[in-house]
Amino acid sequence: MTNGQTTIEFRDVSFALADGRKLLANLNLQVNNGETLVLLGRSGSGKTTTMKLINRLIDPTSGEVRVDGKPTIEWDPIRLRRRIGYVIQEVGLFPHLTVEENIGVVPRLEGWDADRIQARARALLTMVGLDADRFARRYPRELSGGQRQRVGVARALAADPPVILLDEPFGALDPITRREIQQEFRSLQHELGKTMVFVTHDIAEAFVLATRIALLKDGEMILLGLPAELLQSRHPEARAFAQCFHDSQSTGSSA
Amino acid sequence: MTLLDFFSRNSAELITLTFEHLFLVVVSTGIAILIGVPLGILLTRKPALSKPVLGFANIMQTVPSLALFGFLIPLNVYLFHVKILGGIGARTAIVALVLYALLPIIRNTFIGISNVDPAIRDAGRGMGMTDRQLLFQVELPLALGVIIAGVRVATVICVGTATIAAAIDAGGLGRYIFRGLRANDNVLILAGAVPAALIAVAADLLLGYVERAIQFGGAIQWRSKKLLWSGAVSLLLIFGVVSFFLRGPAGRIAVGSKDFTEQVILGEILAQAIEAKTGLQVVRRFDLGGNLAHEALIAGELDLYVEYTGTALLAILKSRPLTDPQEVLRRVKTEYASRFKLEWTEPLGFNNTFAILVRGDDAKRLRLKTITDASKISAQWRAGFGQDFMSRSDGYPGFAQTYGFHFQEIREMDLSLTYRALAENQVDLIAGNSTDGLISRYGFFQLEDDRHYFPPYDAVPVARQATLQKHPEVRSVLQQLGGILTVDEMRKLNYAVDGEKRQPGEVAREFLRRNGILS
Repeated sequence: MTNGQTTIEFRDVSFALADGRKLLANLNLQVNNGETLVLLGRSGSGKTTTMKLINRLIDPTSGEVRVDGKPTIEWDPIRLRRRIGYVIQEVGLFPHLTVEENIGVVPRLEGWDADRIQARARALLTMVGLDADRFARRYPRELSGGQRQRVGVARALAADPPVILLDEPFGALDPITRREIQQEFRSLQHELGKTMVFVTHDIAEAFVLATRIALLKDGEMILLGLPAELLQSRHPEARAFAQCFHDSQSTGSSA
Repeated sequence: MTLLDFFSRNSAELITLTFEHLFLVVVSTGIAILIGVPLGILLTRKPALSKPVLGFANIMQTVPSLALFGFLIPLNVYLFHVKILGGIGARTAIVALVLYALLPIIRNTFIGISNVDPAIRDAGRGMGMTDRQLLFQVELPLALGVIIAGVRVATVICVGTATIAAAIDAGGLGRYIFRGLRANDNVLILAGAVPAALIAVAADLLLGYVERAIQFGGAIQWRSKKLLWSGAVSLLLIFGVVSFFLRGPAGRIAVGSKDFTEQVILGEILAQAIEAKTGLQVVRRFDLGGNLAHEALIAGELDLYVEYTGTALLAILKSRPLTDPQEVLRRVKTEYASRFKLEWTEPLGFNNTFAILVRGDDAKRLRLKTITDASKISAQWRAGFGQDFMSRSDGYPGFAQTYGFHFQEIREMDLSLTYRALAENQVDLIAGNSTDGLISRYGFFQLEDDRHYFPPYDAVPVARQATLQKHPEVRSVLQQLGGILTVDEMRKLNYAVDGEKRQPGEVAREFLRRNGILS
């Protein structure tokens, strides 16, 4: 299933709310197998909307989104979502379930047996750098922000989905933890070779993680390219982000 | 007698009533949960329904419980040959309690689920949960604390309202409260109120603990959650099974009574005589408030109870007052037969009418025999009347007009207090009930109603025609009881219960033995 070049494809996709407000206009975009595409933009630029179109939390108003060559509206949404890992900001963990149970949600939905789920949860905890013996039975509120995010990533990986969506997963972390976890995530990326779509408004984060960057503004994609291409772009929005990047590099090096 | 004395002497009855009370509360709350939680969930799926449904539940809570009972009793709804609505007893009480308990449960389920963080819901959906999986694995567990809070409120409402269920023979601690109110006995009132309050406090604490365990202890472990649910389910099952076996076999005679002492004694007299003479099984459904006994008789929930001719004429047939006893009996006989298919059997022999009473020594000193005698010297007298007498169509206004009374002062007070007021010289004339046991105790003199102002209130067993046809032996028992009681005798029996605090059943048994009906 992952031998095609393109895993996810947006064909002229628009999305508007019931009241007619347009959140996304005429998006054309391909996500290649194994790459990490970062959706970059300010709040309200349409990043999260783009992401929700992939796992059918919303359906396009016009155009079509294809996953593995098939339009999403022809997919059974449940089957589609179980093939796609999903990480959102820290609130996404279920507060009434332990770390282990949170990680085991999708495997349990898929009907794995209990021993296999437990072994998988422990392996994943180790993979994201958490001691399974210490953390497996804790509840989300007993974890620090960084630990919660690691659990969130582990949960998205649980059923080994070929595609993972990450919606500002590190947004609520302090800068130091954030940098650490970005580095770890980067090595995880190489290890796993998954196709990822990553939403952020932080250009430094985009530079650490992205294979390619799609820059969005007011529901339109204004640039799609390698990180270096973004720095060279003359588009005012791209230059604004590039300026941020340079600032963060100078403060970052002094930190 | 102190409350503790009372409890130690009546511990068996107290336990029975407490269990009846718990039964009402647990079954009602259980049914309300089974209806309210799914309904609350439905509202989260179809928000357009939330206004009408919550509105309805809101209105149900404002309906006074006695009015709700009155509305439910005449209903007759069957589901697979099992009566599910209508009549007196636990069934109707449970229906009413469920209606009261629904609002907090529906509302809290709806609010609890609606308040689940949308991001968490999105996470669940994004992970590929179906709506059902989202509901059971995410929304319900997260809303559980709020739902339990609703159940807690509903339970406390049920514990309180269930005391009123005693008015329709549903049992429970309300029996003590009603008996206490009737007999003006504070110990009895407390005997019902204190345990009911303790149950409410205990239920509140227990469910409050569960609520906190869920909200702050963060999701009790899955295993203990299972334990909790299986505990709740088995408790319901046990109550269900117990109540099923308590129902007893079919083909019984149900004897009823209104909610005052004389009626309970008369109910016992009928019940024990039928038990002794026919071998039929008798179910006692006593203490029915207002006109509930009459309605239960029509609904087929009762087979017979003792009614008074004047009450039937005025309160049930809504007719004008009549004074000739024979004519009143004839009227109610024909009307009841044609309108309700009920039969007035043999009068028991006494007339429980208003009794105009004066102190015995006054009567002797002033040579008073009739009400007319008293009216001539009433200008310096103070009178004490109950609220009932002041307001009824056969009460004070017509009475004063007929006899030409002009009292110096009229004091309106609770009926039971008028006796004491007369005995203590605070008033000089009162209107009591002719069979009241206190009349002989205080040595009061009943003035003769020489102008026949008061309608007759002859006590007569009223029975369903169908019952008498099916069990002719009941008719012959009632014939034997005809004329067996004089006013004086009835006063003594009433005094034995109200004054000497003896059990009505025991007093009735002694009476029947004395008259050769029981051996």
